[in-house]
Amino acid sequence: MSNRLVNILVPIISIIIGLAVGAIVMLVSGYDPVAGYSALWQGIFGDAYSIGNSIRQITPYILAGLAVAFAFRTGLFNIGVEGQLLMGWLAAAWVGTAFELPRLIHLPLALLAAAAAGAFWAFLVGYLKAQFNVHEVISSIMLNYTALFVTNSIIKNITDGGFKTETVPPSATLRWQWLRDITDNSSMHLGIIVALAMVLVMWFILEKTTRGYELKSVGFNQNAAEYAGMSVKKNIILAMTISGVFAGLAGAMEALGTYQNASIKAGFSGIGFDGIAVALLGANTPLGVLFGAALFGSLKYGALNMPNASGIPEEIVSIIIALIILLVASGYVIRVFLEKMSKKKEAK
Amino acid sequence: MEYVIEMLGIRKEFGNFVANNNITLQLKKGEIHALLGENGAGKSTLMNVLFGLYQPEAGEIKVRGKSVKITDPNVANELGIGMVHQHFMLVENFTVTENIILGSEPTKAGFIKISEAAKEIQALSERYHLNVDPYAKIADISVGMQQRVEILKTLYRGAEILIFDEPTASLTPQEIDELISILRLLISEGKSIIIITHKLKEIMEVSDRVTIIRKGEGIGTVVTEETNPNQLAELMVGRQVSFKTVKKEATPGEVILDIENLIVTDNRGIEKVKGLNLQVRRGEIVGMAGIDGNGQSELIEAITGLRKTKSGKVMLNGKDITGLKPRAVTEAGIGHIPQDRHKHGLVLDFPIGHNIVLQTYYQKPISKGIIMDYKKVNDIARRVMEEYDVRTGNGEMTLARSLSGGNQQKAIIGREVDRDPDLLIAALPTRGLDVGAIEFIHSKLIEQRDKGKAVLLVSFELDEVMNVSDRIAVIYDGMIMDTVNPKDTTEQDLGLLMAGELLAKGGNE
Repeated sequence: MSNRLVNILVPIISIIIGLAVGAIVMLVSGYDPVAGYSALWQGIFGDAYSIGNSIRQITPYILAGLAVAFAFRTGLFNIGVEGQLLMGWLAAAWVGTAFELPRLIHLPLALLAAAAAGAFWAFLVGYLKAQFNVHEVISSIMLNYTALFVTNSIIKNITDGGFKTETVPPSATLRWQWLRDITDNSSMHLGIIVALAMVLVMWFILEKTTRGYELKSVGFNQNAAEYAGMSVKKNIILAMTISGVFAGLAGAMEALGTYQNASIKAGFSGIGFDGIAVALLGANTPLGVLFGAALFGSLKYGALNMPNASGIPEEIVSIIIALIILLVASGYVIRVFLEKMSKKKEAK
Repeated sequence: MEYVIEMLGIRKEFGNFVANNNITLQLKKGEIHALLGENGAGKSTLMNVLFGLYQPEAGEIKVRGKSVKITDPNVANELGIGMVHQHFMLVENFTVTENIILGSEPTKAGFIKISEAAKEIQALSERYHLNVDPYAKIADISVGMQQRVEILKTLYRGAEILIFDEPTASLTPQEIDELISILRLLISEGKSIIIITHKLKEIMEVSDRVTIIRKGEGIGTVVTEETNPNQLAELMVGRQVSFKTVKKEATPGEVILDIENLIVTDNRGIEKVKGLNLQVRRGEIVGMAGIDGNGQSELIEAITGLRKTKSGKVMLNGKDITGLKPRAVTEAGIGHIPQDRHKHGLVLDFPIGHNIVLQTYYQKPISKGIIMDYKKVNDIARRVMEEYDVRTGNGEMTLARSLSGGNQQKAIIGREVDRDPDLLIAALPTRGLDVGAIEFIHSKLIEQRDKGKAVLLVSFELDEVMNVSDRIAVIYDGMIMDTVNPKDTTEQDLGLLMAGELLAKGGNE
C-alpha cells in the first residue's frame, strides 16, 4: 500500500469511526442516530441558505489551518494563530471603518491591514525565537492573551466605551449581494475566494519557490541549513511572519465578512486553536487543509440544526469532532491496521 | 568439537526481500567467532533472529545441541544469550547499577535491593577486570566505559554466549585495545563470543573463525589463521579489493589553504585550537591524524565559517576568508564533507535529489528569480548520483533518510566535488562505511588531488591517513605536533605524536 494512499485513508477511516461512535453515543443517550445525522446533513446541505452559511463557516478555518500548517512545514508550532487572528480582525475593522475610499482600494487595503497586523504579531514570536531562543509555543501563547486584551482595550477606546466598532461600510465589506441572493440571504461572502487563493499561495511558496526550499530546509534540519549557508534566523522569522499573514487574513474574514465589525470579546474566538486541528486533519498540506477545514466547518455549522430538527444536543457533534481528531492524531493505530490488512491480501 | 550455537540454513524474508538465505553459523564453545559482511548484507538480521526479535522462515537453531525456538528476547536470555548493541541501551541519568538491574530488579518486600546488586556488579566487574564503578552515572562515563556496562549487563543476567554488534565503531584506538583484552578474558572464563563487524584488521587480530555473508547469502566459514585480509575482503565484497590505495606521486603546487596562528574556542569558551599553523597545497592530500577531541571539529568549523575564530588568519588562494559566513566560504572555493552526515550533511526528510543542490540551490540555472526549477534539480541530481554511484530505491525522489550510510556519503561527496572546489575538506569521510564504499571514496579524494585540487583529510583511522595522504599533520591539543611523510613513518610513531610525544627528529621533514 503506497504511503500516499495511507495518508488519505487515515483521515477517512477516522471520520467513519468518529461518525459510528457518534451514532452509538446517540443511541445510548436515547436519541435516534438516523434522525440526528439527517438533521446534521440538512443543516449542512439542506438548502442554499445552509450551504452558503457552511461555506462562510469554512472560510476562516481554511486560513487558520493554513497558518498552522505553514508553520509546521517550516519546523515551527504556531499556537499563536488565535492572537494573530484577533489582531487581523481589529486591523481590518479599523481600516474598514476609519476611511472613506472606493471599494477597489478600500477592501484590498483592509485585507492588507489584517495580513500586516497578523504578520507583525507573528513576527514578534519569530524574532524572539531567532534572537533569544524563546520557544515559540511559550511566547505565542502569551501573545494570544496580549492580543485579546489589547484589541479589547483599543475597541473600548475608539468607541468611547462601546463594545463594538461601527459596521464596515459597503466599500470595505466582503459581502456581495449576488452571493447572498443565490444562497437565500445567507451570510456567505467573498472571503472564500481569498481563502482558496491563499491555499494556492501556500502551495506555491513551499513547492515552487527558492525561498520555500530554504524555509523547509531550516524547518527540517537547522544544522544542515546553516552548513549550506542559509540564514537560520532570517528564515525562522520569515516563516513565522508568513504564517501570521494567513492568520491575520482569517481575522479579516470575520471583520469584513461574517460580523462586519470588531467587538469586545470575553474570550478567544477559538478559530485559531481549531486551526491546529484542521492542519492536523489535512496533514499540513494546502489541499489537505482545505478538506480539513471543509469537514470541520460544515460539521460545526450543521450541528446547529440538530437541536431544532431532532432535539439532539449539538454537543454530540463536538464528541464526533473530538474523536476524529483523536483518531487522526493517533493515526499510528490505523496505519498498523492498514498494513496488516494489505499484508494479508498479499499472502492470499 | 562441541557447538554451543548452531544456526543451520537460516532464511528470513521481509515481504519480497530476502534478508537472509541459507546462512549457517556454528559457534564453538570458547571461541571468538566473527560475523563479517558489508553494510546491509544481513548480519544484524541474522543476529536478531538468534536474539528472538525475528522469526526465521526456514532453518533450525540449536543451542548446546538441542533444537530451540527463540520466540522473543526473554527466551534468548534464558538460553544464556546476551547482546551488546552498537547503540547502547542505557538510561543516561541512571547509575551503572540502576541500568544493569533495569528490567530484572532484585526486590525484597517491594523495595529494590540496590546495594546488594551493586556489590554483585562490583564483584563481576573485578572478575573480568572491567574496572566499572557501580555508582557512577552513565552520563559521566566515557563511551568505552558505557560499553563495559553493557557487557556487565549481559553477564549479570547470566549470559554464556555474548553477541557484540559493531563493538569498535565508536571507540578510540586505546579503548579498542582494552576491549580486545576484555574479550580474551571472557573467553578464558569459558564464555563464547560472536562479534559482528566489517573491520578486517580487528577480525584478524581477535577472532578464531570467521563466517562471511554477502547480500544475504551465507558464503562460508574460514579459520582466521588460515586466511588473510585480502581473501576476507574478496569473500565479503565478491571481487578483488585493493587496500594499498594506488596513486601516483603527488606534485604539490602553490599554497591553497594557509592557516596562521589560528585560535578557536568551543561553545563553553575554552580554547580548542591553540595557535595552529597549517598549509595545504594544490595537488596534495594532507591527512590530519589525531585522537578525537583535539580540536579537529573546531578547526574545520572555523575554516568553513560555522564557528567564529578568536584570532589568527585563514587564507584561501591568498585571500583572507577568516570569519566569513558559510556561504561566502563555500563560494570562495571550499567543499566540505562534514563529520556528521546526518547532523550537517543532509536534510534527511528531503528527497536525496533535493540534497544534491543544498549548496547551489540559489544559483542559476536551478533558481530563476524567486522560482526554483525542480526539474533542473532532478536532472542535476540524477547526473551526480549516477557519476557517484548513489544507489537508491526510487531514484532521486528517495528520502535521504532511507539511503544506506554509504550511499548517503557518496551523495554528499558527489555534491561537494561536483562544485569543483579548490579545497576539499573531508572530515571522517569513511566513518561507518564498508570496504567497497571506503575504496570508492578514497579514489575520489585522490582523483581530486590529481586534478590539481587541495584536499584536507581529517581522520581518526590511522590506516586511512597513512594510505591516502601525501603528508600527515598530527594534531594534538589544538596544535600541529609535527608534519611527517607517510612513507617514512610508522604507525607507532604516529601513535606517539597523537599522544603528544615529540619524536626524536629523524626521517621527517
